[in-house]
Amino acid sequence: MTATPVPKSPPPPPARPKPAAVKRHHWIVRLTHWLTFVVLAGMIMSGLQIYTAYARFGERDGPSYVNAFEGHGFPHWSRLGGWLAGGLNWHFALMWPLIAGGVVYLSYLVVSGEWRSLLFRPRDIRGAIEMQKYYLRLRKDHPPQGKHNPLQKLAYTFIILLGVLSVLTGFAVYKPTQFSWLTALFGGFQGARYWHFWAVWIFTGFLIVHVILVFVVDPASLRAMISGWYRGRFPSHD
Amino acid sequence: MIDRRAFLRLAAGAGPASLAAACGWDGGNAVRPLLLDVSRLNDWVGEKILFSQHRLAPQYDIAQRATRLPSYFISPMMPVLRDPNAWRLQVGGLVRQPLTLSIDDLQAMPRTTYTVKHHCVEGWSAIATWHGVALSAVAARCGMLPQARYVRFDSFDSGYSNGWDLASAMHPQTILAYGMNDNPLPASHGAPLRLYSPTKLGYKMTKYLVSVTFTAERPGGYWEDQGYPWFAGV
Repeated sequence: MTATPVPKSPPPPPARPKPAAVKRHHWIVRLTHWLTFVVLAGMIMSGLQIYTAYARFGERDGPSYVNAFEGHGFPHWSRLGGWLAGGLNWHFALMWPLIAGGVVYLSYLVVSGEWRSLLFRPRDIRGAIEMQKYYLRLRKDHPPQGKHNPLQKLAYTFIILLGVLSVLTGFAVYKPTQFSWLTALFGGFQGARYWHFWAVWIFTGFLIVHVILVFVVDPASLRAMISGWYRGRFPSHD
Repeated sequence: MIDRRAFLRLAAGAGPASLAAACGWDGGNAVRPLLLDVSRLNDWVGEKILFSQHRLAPQYDIAQRATRLPSYFISPMMPVLRDPNAWRLQVGGLVRQPLTLSIDDLQAMPRTTYTVKHHCVEGWSAIATWHGVALSAVAARCGMLPQARYVRFDSFDSGYSNGWDLASAMHPQTILAYGMNDNPLPASHGAPLRLYSPTKLGYKMTKYLVSVTFTAERPGGYWEDQGYPWFAGV
């Protein structure tokens, strides 16, 4: 039996083993993610250019929809296209890669079965409440999770639906006569314009929160969205 | 038709460009032609896929009419005829029988009246009633030839003109309008005769008409030649 020398000070904690890299995002997901980011930025900026031509929502002589931006154009740096025709041409060109990216991405989710780790379902409600408690510090330990926690699933499900809504309201504004049934669904041409505009601010809000959470909670996820490999706190996959 | 390589080049160039150099940018000389190529693709999609010659625009109650529609013309002053009685519409081009029609001639033809929503490219919309004669009836009367694929509309508003695809022109709701909201067409809206259709944006509906010409070649138009979408169907 050999006596181990008693250290004078507590030993340094063993170096945390470097987390194993797990494959996180298929190249289709990474490609469509960044494509959507860039194209959506162009869509929003050309959309602000188009909005400037008639900066309110409501029929001529009719009541206005509630709109904080009524009567205001947007600053020059935030607009794309230079004038109305330029804004329209950008908007109607970028709509193709936006829709194509969305279709490819959603098809991938379905074919690969990845939708299971993204779609928020009723059984996720309980987990979402636990996760919310953790963020509100009513619970100390991070609830166990798969690829995404239930609140992330809620956010990603919501943003996909918002994307679908943007495309549908877009078509309702683009062809209000050919798709008159769709336009009527959104409350008519002006209603469709209004909800199409709202999507801009929800996307913008989502983007801000999304980026903050990436850097505050899980910076490794940014690298994963670029390289596909994840070395972070939440390596398990459901 | 747009070629596929141009489209891909646009897709690749559009994104970074839109982020880096936005600032009210119209794409510059490098990207603008590509945007116009895609616009031609969208014209094709709009005409061949999304537009139906049999789908009618919804009609509204006259109680829903807007009290006033903005009036647009490109001349420095509102274009008004010096001698309205001398005005005639010339119908020609690829037809068996060119026509010279007075307002009385047009009003003697079967009358179309509808109350529809007007969509402006700027984003505003307003409901109004329009009275006129279906362009398809005029095409039948002059014996439009099978080679005709487009229609050119000219005005006395400083050369303002438009070119239309034949399918849109022959839509049952495409009319030569001589009346608005139960009254003769006012000068502010294109008197004595204007083109009207609830399937097009406002700038396609030529006011102050002087001639209708059936052609085989695609005619341009005042705003279309400056970059606005050519098909402009709604």
